[in-house]
Amino acid sequence: MAEVVLSVRNLSVSFNTPDGVVHAVNDVSFDLQAGETLGIVGESGSGKSVTAGSLMRLNNSVTATTTGSVIVNGVDVLNCTEDEVRGIRGQDIAMVFQDPLSALNPYYSVGAQIAEAYKVHHADASKDEVEQVVIDMLKKVGIPHPETRLHQYPHQFSGGMRQRIVIAIALVNKPKVLIADEPTTALDVTVQAQILDLMIDLQRETNMAIILITHDLGVVAEVARDVLVMYGGRVVEKASINDLFVAPTHPYSWGLLGAVSSLEDLQRGHLKTIAGTPPSLISIPSGCAFHPRCEFYEGVGSRCSSEVPELRTISSGKSMSACHLDDAQIVSIGKRKVLQ
Amino acid sequence: MYLFIARRLFFAVLLLLAVSLVTYLLFSVLPVDPAALTCGKNCKPDLIAANRVRLGYDKPVLEQYWLFLKGIFVGRDYGMGQAAFSCPAPSLGYSFSRHQCVTTLIGKTFPVTAYLSLGAFVLWMLIGIGSGAVAALNKGKWQDRLANAFTAVGVSLPTFYVGLLVLFSVVIWLGILPFPHYASPFEDPIAFFQAMILPWLTLAVLSAASYTRLTRNGMLEAMNEDFVRLGVAKGLKRSVILRKYVLRSALVPIVTIAGLDFAALLGGAIITESVFTLPGMGKLSIRAVVESDLPVLVGTTMVAAVFIVLANVLVDILYGVLDPRVRTK
Repeated sequence: MAEVVLSVRNLSVSFNTPDGVVHAVNDVSFDLQAGETLGIVGESGSGKSVTAGSLMRLNNSVTATTTGSVIVNGVDVLNCTEDEVRGIRGQDIAMVFQDPLSALNPYYSVGAQIAEAYKVHHADASKDEVEQVVIDMLKKVGIPHPETRLHQYPHQFSGGMRQRIVIAIALVNKPKVLIADEPTTALDVTVQAQILDLMIDLQRETNMAIILITHDLGVVAEVARDVLVMYGGRVVEKASINDLFVAPTHPYSWGLLGAVSSLEDLQRGHLKTIAGTPPSLISIPSGCAFHPRCEFYEGVGSRCSSEVPELRTISSGKSMSACHLDDAQIVSIGKRKVLQ
Repeated sequence: MYLFIARRLFFAVLLLLAVSLVTYLLFSVLPVDPAALTCGKNCKPDLIAANRVRLGYDKPVLEQYWLFLKGIFVGRDYGMGQAAFSCPAPSLGYSFSRHQCVTTLIGKTFPVTAYLSLGAFVLWMLIGIGSGAVAALNKGKWQDRLANAFTAVGVSLPTFYVGLLVLFSVVIWLGILPFPHYASPFEDPIAFFQAMILPWLTLAVLSAASYTRLTRNGMLEAMNEDFVRLGVAKGLKRSVILRKYVLRSALVPIVTIAGLDFAALLGGAIITESVFTLPGMGKLSIRAVVESDLPVLVGTTMVAAVFIVLANVLVDILYGVLDPRVRTK
């Protein structure tokens, strides 16, 4: 059994806003092992990015209320001093952001920005040593001519190159956990594949764990081993990537997989969707947050709108689902949905 | 970069030429006979005629303009024989009502304006950026609201009103300071500071207001930037992030406006100098307007124009220094 590098228990995050309290994340728990890749999928507003942010305590400390625990290196990130969490950021957990165009500081050369990330955690490193680290890192992420390019500024790089630099910044201290928050969303499709390959290669080298946050099931299928499906701030399904695609166990997952478009759909000229809209996180529907959009709500009845379903292991396999349908129904409907 | 600076300077010179021509022509079409103003009320026609020739007002306007331009570089001689006198280069003309070369007048008054501008500038940058930063760091709290109120008041209150109010309350009502009487800082530093402190503060506090808003908004905007989040995710200290990430990106627009504001002030803080009776260039201009002293008006306008044009060039260059995205284009 590999070492558990990150352990999240009962994580809940809410924000105070002028419009009311936004319950962005509710009762999320998971463990992450070294070398593992965990995908977190869900539509916009499902709480995936806020989850990622709280793992490094990046959310606005004034408006956000965070409960639960996030254990890294034996330290609870949510309940430690500012100095302790600074020691963890960039050193044990690092992050790659969605938009490489805005994630780099436009006023400093890329070399200086990578060096800065290294020096925070290696205060006594010499100038030559730092420069060597920066050049090595740029080489590793596939930037040609690193000796000259390290003096250039972010605007002199293409989007894909900038994301490589953001990855270099994230990995310069060899973190145990890399959080990639939609790392390929802002990039061209061809560049997306390159960036994913790069992350997988570097993961093999250092055995770090990756949390990949995305709304793109294709990306998850390519790199992740396990997947959390989030809806309305809750985890509604927890499965291996294979099980998610072969035997999904939650009505929302069925909808998501049904919405993956194929060439035939495009030729027919219409795309499949999940009826309705995602819930407002200020007034999450009672009970199961998905029930207003769920086609099985009528069949199960009032339990769906009154009782929050527990995440439980479905008898047929290893997948966990938070749904009031009974196991046999879930398995049979899941099979039927996949065949469609 | 050097090519860029050279090009900007070249266009700056062209611009100044255009400004000087327009200014000169503008003042020459005023329904005032400059020669008639050279002597008092009981001027004899032949004296007026003689002075007209002596000062060159008998020549066509464009030739007068040419003599004016030439005078800037080689100086200018007026009259002939016993009555002859000259204004050495750079000559901006001769004031017939003050009986002095314009350059001499500006030379005497400019230091006052420069001290006033410099002191006020330093103060308002400190107050403006300081209070803006405090407001941004305490967004929504009482410090922010106080800064907001300060901004609203500062932007809407006119200098002449606040200046008089301050002068009245501090000097006449409270009697803390003597009535300002300007003295050179090298001769009487105490009198100098006593005369300068109120105009400095008045000008600084009122001008700082817009810098407070600029700094606050710039910093708040920067704080929401992804790159600031990445700075936090690196494990950087809050103070480092504020300095290298947040304040740094708020600084670019501040520098731009500060350069132009400062230059405009160097051309003469007309109202402030009048309220606090400081013998600066603003005061000189006002008096020239009242006395229809056209050469002085042209002179002060030109000096102000030079500062504003130069500041524009300087700000453009600073832009390149501050923002690498501008530099490489």
